[in-house]
Amino acid sequence: MEKQLLLGAEAIAQAALDAGISGVYAYPGTPSTEITEYIQQSKQGKKTLVRSTWSTNEKTAYEAALGMSFAGKRCMVCMKHVGLNVAADAFMNSSITGVHGGLVLVVADDPSMHSSQNEQDSRVYGKFAMIPVLEPSNQQETYDITRYAFDLSEKLELPVLLRIPTRLSHSRAVVIRQEPREQNKLQPSTDKWKWILLPASARKNYQKLLEKQQEMTTLSDSSEFNNIVEGQGTKAVIAFGIGYNYVMEVVSAYNLDIPLLKISQYPLPEKLIKEFCDKYSNILIVEEGYPVYEELLKGYFGNDKFCARLDGALPRTGELSPNVLAKALNIETDDKRVVPEVVVGRPPMLCQGCSHRDLFDAINLVMKDYSQKQIFGDIGCYTLGALPPYNTISTCVDMGASITMAKGAADAGIRPAVCVIGDSTFTHSGMTGLLDAVNDHSPITIIISDNETTGMTGGQDSAGTGKYFNICKGLGVEEEHIRLMIPLKKNLEENAALLKEEFDYNGVSVIISQRECVQTLGKKRKI
Amino acid sequence: MQKNIIIAGVGGQGILTIASIIDLAAMNIGLNVKQAEVHGMSQRGGAVESHLRISSEIIYSDLIPLGRADLILSIEPMESLRYLPFLSPQGVIVTSTEPYENINNYPDVNGLLNVISQSASSSLIDAKSIAKEVGSPKTFNIAMLGAASPYLGIDTAELEKAIEMFFAKKGEAIITMNLKAFRLGKEYASK
Repeated sequence: MEKQLLLGAEAIAQAALDAGISGVYAYPGTPSTEITEYIQQSKQGKKTLVRSTWSTNEKTAYEAALGMSFAGKRCMVCMKHVGLNVAADAFMNSSITGVHGGLVLVVADDPSMHSSQNEQDSRVYGKFAMIPVLEPSNQQETYDITRYAFDLSEKLELPVLLRIPTRLSHSRAVVIRQEPREQNKLQPSTDKWKWILLPASARKNYQKLLEKQQEMTTLSDSSEFNNIVEGQGTKAVIAFGIGYNYVMEVVSAYNLDIPLLKISQYPLPEKLIKEFCDKYSNILIVEEGYPVYEELLKGYFGNDKFCARLDGALPRTGELSPNVLAKALNIETDDKRVVPEVVVGRPPMLCQGCSHRDLFDAINLVMKDYSQKQIFGDIGCYTLGALPPYNTISTCVDMGASITMAKGAADAGIRPAVCVIGDSTFTHSGMTGLLDAVNDHSPITIIISDNETTGMTGGQDSAGTGKYFNICKGLGVEEEHIRLMIPLKKNLEENAALLKEEFDYNGVSVIISQRECVQTLGKKRKI
Repeated sequence: MQKNIIIAGVGGQGILTIASIIDLAAMNIGLNVKQAEVHGMSQRGGAVESHLRISSEIIYSDLIPLGRADLILSIEPMESLRYLPFLSPQGVIVTSTEPYENINNYPDVNGLLNVISQSASSSLIDAKSIAKEVGSPKTFNIAMLGAASPYLGIDTAELEKAIEMFFAKKGEAIITMNLKAFRLGKEYASK
């Protein structure tokens, strides 16, 4: 078959197309965005009518996928790690219902927080939901394991969680494809009580899930993705997912002879693990992420046989690297060079001409007159407004939190209680918070910085473009307190006056600050 | 054969185009390729780098180990130094001399170029002039690719073929312009 140079993210997308998915559901989020984009742009996807437009958030994405699975078709849901927090309700309960058409959830984790607010490890969610987790080590394996994931999902009638880290998602290598296969025919599930989680039926379904656990473990034991690399050394390694690459890099660079157990399919392969651990007395555990299986293998009372992140053999936080592994394997590396002092930081910044810049200028101008200057912020490019030269934004926690935190702060007495939220973030998780504020007559001002796109992740369509006025009106914001402003330098004074009027209004007001993202505008002009 | 290359610059300067062309050339001659990129937040005017590894053997890590890069190819002088810990003792820096000053504490350029020269065997390229001579500022990065071409372990003819393939959709004029930038870059570096 054809050879292609693909990002890990693209390998997943291509494999899902070849596995015969009928739809992909996703909300953009680094490092997962490229999966869905690849399918949206794929000729194969268009030809076979694979449904692929963006969802409003990860929860709506997951539930829609579950519906497609109910109908008997294969589908994939993609999100970044924190997106699964949003989709967690649907996700956790889908392991109780199980699935019909193959359903694969791809979660892209971000160890070292390159583009995220935490480095949570999605394998924990997989374990929590008691479903199989797959964690490939390289791009070819990512392709192969994605195809396998759909078969596994249909065999077990369970969702399967596929986890990749940033480094694999955003790294290219040659991938060899397999023959594409047909999509499933429409064949809705007829098993009524499987899908109705009333207590009586949920208890039965939960029992079924528990009964599948042994089969899952047996499948892990016989999985082609879990295997042993023989070696003669006394120190052994258990490497999970991409951790395997870093170990092998050191092994090949320094001609080491180390017995290694590679694991890419969970739950843990019980037999493999037991045999391996019985054989060796000194085992390094290499996990990209939290010390999830380190804790499990060491047990509460500890076991000196194992070393890893919790005892300092590996760093407690952050992404693994060949050097970190070399050190853990007691290799002296040749890296004496340091970054010269003349080098200064170059943090990311808002683009020249960005509409958020003019918004922050206007806000800062108005806030001069107030003693309480906090502005509740949210997730997006505009979070950069927390940095100089603006220093406008005071908080950034999770999608939609700006509105509800401003509401709580207003309840506590903060005046003015102002928040800034992007258009895409508003429809993702802001609308329900706005309804709370309306119902409570909270004195807050919500600024929707509407650049008509999902900017931070590269300019994907935003779910509410052109609908914000009506959404706010429909949720009960008084029409005269839904204001529109165009953030441009020439409008600075006028915008500041408008902001001040609403900051001083003792009720819910929304300001839609609207001007297109310069990046998407630039792309349109090129075309 | 194995080459570890760090390609550095500022978000938006086109380092991924350089990486893609080297990838193509390497694949065309049957080498293995791994190329780690930076997406997301850093792309907004921040420092960005790509780890590019080409080899006749299997490549494990997507990241180049510290002290193992054969080449730092930088589109911006200060950025060439940011990744110095990756450079091997015998490694080479090929960098543009044109600063990208989007921060207010950017260091003195002459001082910076001195540090580069003292840090490693280096080749300083006035890519701006080359791009000007070619007639398109967009060919800046291809001029830098030309300047770095002797260190890539891939024949010039293969790199030129990859440039033609990469720009094929954009038409003959664009291909010719980029080939010219590539050759002028190479020539500048050999002076």
